Amino acid sequence: MDKDIKSEIFVKERQLVIPGEILARGLDFLPSSGCYRVNNELKSKLLGLVKLKDRFIGIIPLAGVYIPKTGDGIIGLVEDMQTTIWIVDINSPYDAILPLGEAVGEYVDLNRTDISIYYDIGDLIYAKVLNVSKSKQVQLTMNDHRARKLIGGRVLTITPSKVPRLIGKQGSMIELIKDKTKCQIIVGQNGVVWIKGEKEGLAAKAILTIESESHISGLTDKITAMLEKGE
Amino acid sequence: MTKVGQPEKMIINGKRMDGRSFEEFRPITVEVGILKRAEGSAVFKFGDTYALAAVYGPRTMHPKHMQDPQKAILRCRYSMAPFSTTDRIRPGISRRSVEISKVLNEALSNVVFFEDYPKTGIDVFVEILQADASTRCAGLNAASLALTEAGVPIKDLISSCSVGKVDDQIVLDIGGNEDEFGDVDMSTATIGNEDKFVLLQMDGIITKEEFVELLELARKGCAEVYERQKNALKEKYKTGEIDVES
Amino acid sequence: MLKASENYVRKLIEEGMRIDERKFDEFREIKIETDVIKKAEGSARVLIGNTHVLVGVKMSVNEPFPDAPNEGVLIVNAELVPVASPTFDPGPPDENSIELARVVDRGIRESKCIDLEKLCIEEGKKAWNVNIDIHVLDHDGNLIDASALGAIAALISAKIPRYEDEKVIYGEYTGKIPLVDTPIAVTISKISNKLLIDPNLEEENALDARVTIATNENGDICAIQKGGTGFFTTDELKKAADLSIEKGKELRKLVK
Repeated sequence: MDKDIKSEIFVKERQLVIPGEILARGLDFLPSSGCYRVNNELKSKLLGLVKLKDRFIGIIPLAGVYIPKTGDGIIGLVEDMQTTIWIVDINSPYDAILPLGEAVGEYVDLNRTDISIYYDIGDLIYAKVLNVSKSKQVQLTMNDHRARKLIGGRVLTITPSKVPRLIGKQGSMIELIKDKTKCQIIVGQNGVVWIKGEKEGLAAKAILTIESESHISGLTDKITAMLEKGE
Repeated sequence: MTKVGQPEKMIINGKRMDGRSFEEFRPITVEVGILKRAEGSAVFKFGDTYALAAVYGPRTMHPKHMQDPQKAILRCRYSMAPFSTTDRIRPGISRRSVEISKVLNEALSNVVFFEDYPKTGIDVFVEILQADASTRCAGLNAASLALTEAGVPIKDLISSCSVGKVDDQIVLDIGGNEDEFGDVDMSTATIGNEDKFVLLQMDGIITKEEFVELLELARKGCAEVYERQKNALKEKYKTGEIDVES
Repeated sequence: MLKASENYVRKLIEEGMRIDERKFDEFREIKIETDVIKKAEGSARVLIGNTHVLVGVKMSVNEPFPDAPNEGVLIVNAELVPVASPTFDPGPPDENSIELARVVDRGIRESKCIDLEKLCIEEGKKAWNVNIDIHVLDHDGNLIDASALGAIAALISAKIPRYEDEKVIYGEYTGKIPLVDTPIAVTISKISNKLLIDPNLEEENALDARVTIATNENGDICAIQKGGTGFFTTDELKKAADLSIEKGKELRKLVK
């Protein structure tokens, strides 16, 4: 590698880039997620928006499936169970398991108890990702103050990478929607959103608009106007 | 030996039968994200050749014993709709479509970051809705855009075009009757606009010198396709002004 | 267990050596035997190293294709029979056997080596069908070259049965299949950025990409098929073409 190559960056914050696009040259810049290095150049692996932090260049994808990370709060659907675990669909190519010990505080006599009395197939839960192993085995836990079964309401999914946009700076966007629609709204990092309240349809519409226009400027104003108009 | 219906001359006054010059593409149309259910989708047309690609995944790979604990597995299926050609094609898998599925898979495998999604499957479906030659090229162009749409991490787009020889003249983008009555048909694809051929198939008789000429023309053609593919992505996702990061 | 040797093969090749100490442009020992199956109109057994392929030619009379009413019909099929390798499963042809058949077909068909017009019996109604069936019996790499060699050797040895009173009389012959050229396929493989020919099975598992180039007696290229999940640069393709033309001449001497 030629040390004399002058480092330069070719992109700006929140610039739209496509796979193969050269983001920077030289060794001063380091790849964060969504980028790869080839020889002296940093290139994008994804269609997305540039995110710069110090010397790191990363790409926020405009699309893509959810890859579970330790610490994420997610909404999942119980799809199966065995004697001591529940298997949960977390809107990812990787299934997650919720072990009995991470879900129930009290002692359980397995000879007498069917664990479905706690969570049954078809139940919607908000849980935390406890651990993701290297081979992508995902463990969940209900040991979190926000974790619980979600009853009633409706569920929709958005692209996981757009969750930050939906939540907004310090939660501003999501609070705006909750307020104007008089709904409880819980957003999982895995892109699953639970809505329950008065104007669920309006909330859903706002959320889907944010998803499809997340990369376009002027979004906050547009959503505010949409919610004011109401339905 | 002349075939049934073979025109006497395919090049008249320096122009091809459809009026194109030798290094000219048929009208190209590119559209990204037209299907709602698939993770990613795209349409790519060379003139009347109309290819649609859809990507599902990365998703859980079934059957489980086929999973690779360290990588995603790419599965590619090329298929022609029964109404895509003049003579109806019997629905189902043909030997030709099995071969094309294989070469498309091998081409795309050059750019997918398989290690990013261990144990998963990525399914690419290419449907030829109307066929007027160069279908695998159109299909590959659409597939590479669909993978991008779906958020599958790739090194670069794959750009594909056909070149050939008609009445002893080397030409770009083989069209319908050029495929049937021409002398040489070569399908190619490169990684972006780089000198890296990931698809290469040739029918016909050429000298080694002609082979080199065809490769050079193919590179030019693929580079042009690459620009069209990139523009389609950028057009669709125009951001407007830079907004405040949330 | 084949995976274990991949890195070893690559390392050797990077250093300019091969497992069996051959040169990069050297074939393993090639043996060709024709007329090995009496019931076939033509046949050939090809051994390249330990790779063993049997090719049979069978002829029958059927309708010609509607878009070529005055020509005989060529059909190539390949079977990777389970006896040949632990990786070959019984069942309908998979993508590997289909590709193998189509690549061999391409070389023969595009070279126009069979004078198909001479195989027409009655225009639009009756023509000879030439069925070339490739049976891979032992897989130690380079199936394409072995199969293509077997196909042309079998064609050269084949005889046309007598056709009388609308019936084919097998066992009695009226001459050879009219051949006007001898296409030879040579596959160039790329491993660790180096080009070589005739990989054995271990080398094939370490392959980045391969390109099969078929040439005719005139030294022209009549078919190209790139395979494998890697890529080729223009320069590599030029070298591959040169190598294929050169080696094609060598192999052609073995069948003529």
